[in-house]
Amino acid sequence: MAGEALFGVRLERRPTPSRAMMLATPPLAVLLTVMAGAVMFAALGFDPSAALKAYFISPLTTLYGVGELAVKATPLAMIGIGLALGFRGNVWNIGAEGQLTLGAICAGGLALAFYGDEGWWLLPLMMAGGAAGGLAYAAIPAFLCTRFNANEILTSLMLTYVATLLLSYLVTGPWKDPDGFNFPESRLFNDEALLPVILEGTRLHLGAPMALAAVAVGWVIVARTLIGFQIKVVGLTPIAAGYAGFSQARAIWFTLLLSGGLAGLAGAIEVAGPIGQLQPSISPGYGFTAIIVAFLGRLHPLGVLLAALLMALSYLGGEQAQIELGLPLAVTGVFQGMLLFFLLASDFLTHYRLRRVSPAAVG
Amino acid sequence: MEILSLIALSIVAAATPLLFAALGELITEKSGVLNLGVEGTMLVGAVVGFAVTALTGSSVLGVPAAAAAGAVMSALFALLTLNLLANQVATGLALTLFGIGLSSLIGQDFVGTPLERLPRLDIPGLSDLPIIGPLFFGQDALVYLSLAATGGVAWFLSRTRGGLVLKAVGENPAAAHRLGHSVLRVRWLAVLFGGAMSGIGGAYLSLAYTPLWAENMTAGRGWIALALVVFATWRPGRVLLGAYLFGGVTIAQLHAQSAGVTAPSQFMSMLPYLATILVLVLISRDAARIRLNAPASIGKVFHPGG
Repeated sequence: MAGEALFGVRLERRPTPSRAMMLATPPLAVLLTVMAGAVMFAALGFDPSAALKAYFISPLTTLYGVGELAVKATPLAMIGIGLALGFRGNVWNIGAEGQLTLGAICAGGLALAFYGDEGWWLLPLMMAGGAAGGLAYAAIPAFLCTRFNANEILTSLMLTYVATLLLSYLVTGPWKDPDGFNFPESRLFNDEALLPVILEGTRLHLGAPMALAAVAVGWVIVARTLIGFQIKVVGLTPIAAGYAGFSQARAIWFTLLLSGGLAGLAGAIEVAGPIGQLQPSISPGYGFTAIIVAFLGRLHPLGVLLAALLMALSYLGGEQAQIELGLPLAVTGVFQGMLLFFLLASDFLTHYRLRRVSPAAVG
Repeated sequence: MEILSLIALSIVAAATPLLFAALGELITEKSGVLNLGVEGTMLVGAVVGFAVTALTGSSVLGVPAAAAAGAVMSALFALLTLNLLANQVATGLALTLFGIGLSSLIGQDFVGTPLERLPRLDIPGLSDLPIIGPLFFGQDALVYLSLAATGGVAWFLSRTRGGLVLKAVGENPAAAHRLGHSVLRVRWLAVLFGGAMSGIGGAYLSLAYTPLWAENMTAGRGWIALALVVFATWRPGRVLLGAYLFGGVTIAQLHAQSAGVTAPSQFMSMLPYLATILVLVLISRDAARIRLNAPASIGKVFHPGG
């Protein structure tokens, strides 16, 4: 059947997605975002070149800045790996922010429970507790989806609001710092409950190598295991997966538990790393930005790592531009949203091609 | 008496933004398109409606501006998913993330700006009747508009040729295409309508429900509206019922808090979100019913070239 031809060209589905385009579109999207960003800065009344410099270059001119980049990329990569695996199987965990919050609550709760009785064992316990908390929280949408057919997008997202409210209750109520002048914060954790800094002169902590390990594990799952293959088949052609005996429910459980566990671990790393206590807000939306990271990284672990660094730069640049030029911090969100738009828009080059049609062939 | 009337009024106010957004999404989904950008679209509608009203002093300009802003947001979505055939789930998420950022950027100068609430209808005699007076004759124009829109959408879907074409496109786009209907055009219009309605829903929040602008003030209502469409099994009458049910839950927890219920306020605030999960589970449990009622082509990319 002929498609609708327009101006003598026709959109035609490629037999297989173009690999070259798949790799070319993320840089293209970044370029388009930077150009649109320049226009946006000009519209806001700022000098575009100064603003872009403050945004993308200034943060990386110091060792401290590079360390900060890795600190912010750590949760993004960790969560992005898990989400990417789920998205491959058409499992849409949108509630990573909530799972991160639960992980932070569990890890922070352990730090407070053993306050004054710390030992070397506390940090591993906090990490395990955070991962378990995120995993258990993601088990709720997995259960509701596989048992009751309830859409995991909506349930996981609703649970994010619930988790934020739970954290707010804890830090304003039972876990509030007794000597904290009534601020809604927990005690500051003792040193044994904090991830050690691994690079002098920065805040770079032990969480960064943990994120790298998560990327490696993600790569092994994708490239070398049966479950990784099954998830991909379930995502691409559910019917074929059914014939092959690959269970969709299994893919849902596996990817939700894995991504939830990783998000929980990221939450534990945040409270034991840069934050060092429980606060009403643990993350500037890492769980949502990780969705962009997963797509920008082409749902591939190595791509996710690069994308995490880039999105970390967008957070860092936003802060830098606010300090240097007084640009509103909200620009970061606009940048991130635009980037995903441009990526999705240019993505059609991966799956479709334009083909010239002779007038005779039309109709 | 006085308190009953107040509660009834606040339920209506809490339900109206959900009703607008869910009705719009209902039409969008009926055409076979799943737009997860409702939350972001509502936020942009809320901030644009507020800003235009604050700058011009007239909500008669603010509300249409919010509708237009919502339509522009959804046009982005339509361009990407319908013309460039992007994944609808991913694009909808992008729209929400973009809308959150864009609305706080636009709104930064309006945080803390006071604004007078949308005027309420005042018919001497009728509006002063106890309870039913303010409830039936003392609402603002948008409440009446939302109810009229419910009737209009129901009538359009069940009684008009346009509604039939819309449903045909949503159920079987390939067949509708062969019959000579432009799938692209129908879906574009459905998405634009959904965006405009989300924009108005957002504006209701910032102009009437709580007449102010605050970052992220929709607090998940866009997502609740999406859940409402499933809850309503894609029927306008049930969208109305669902919206008022949720309005009731929201107001019940607020009043319980002020009435001195001892549970911490955060737990009360969780109720609307937990209720959303609960109704989703109850409705979705019956997989056959969802399959029967959901537009068959929902979420799938349609390209006539195959």
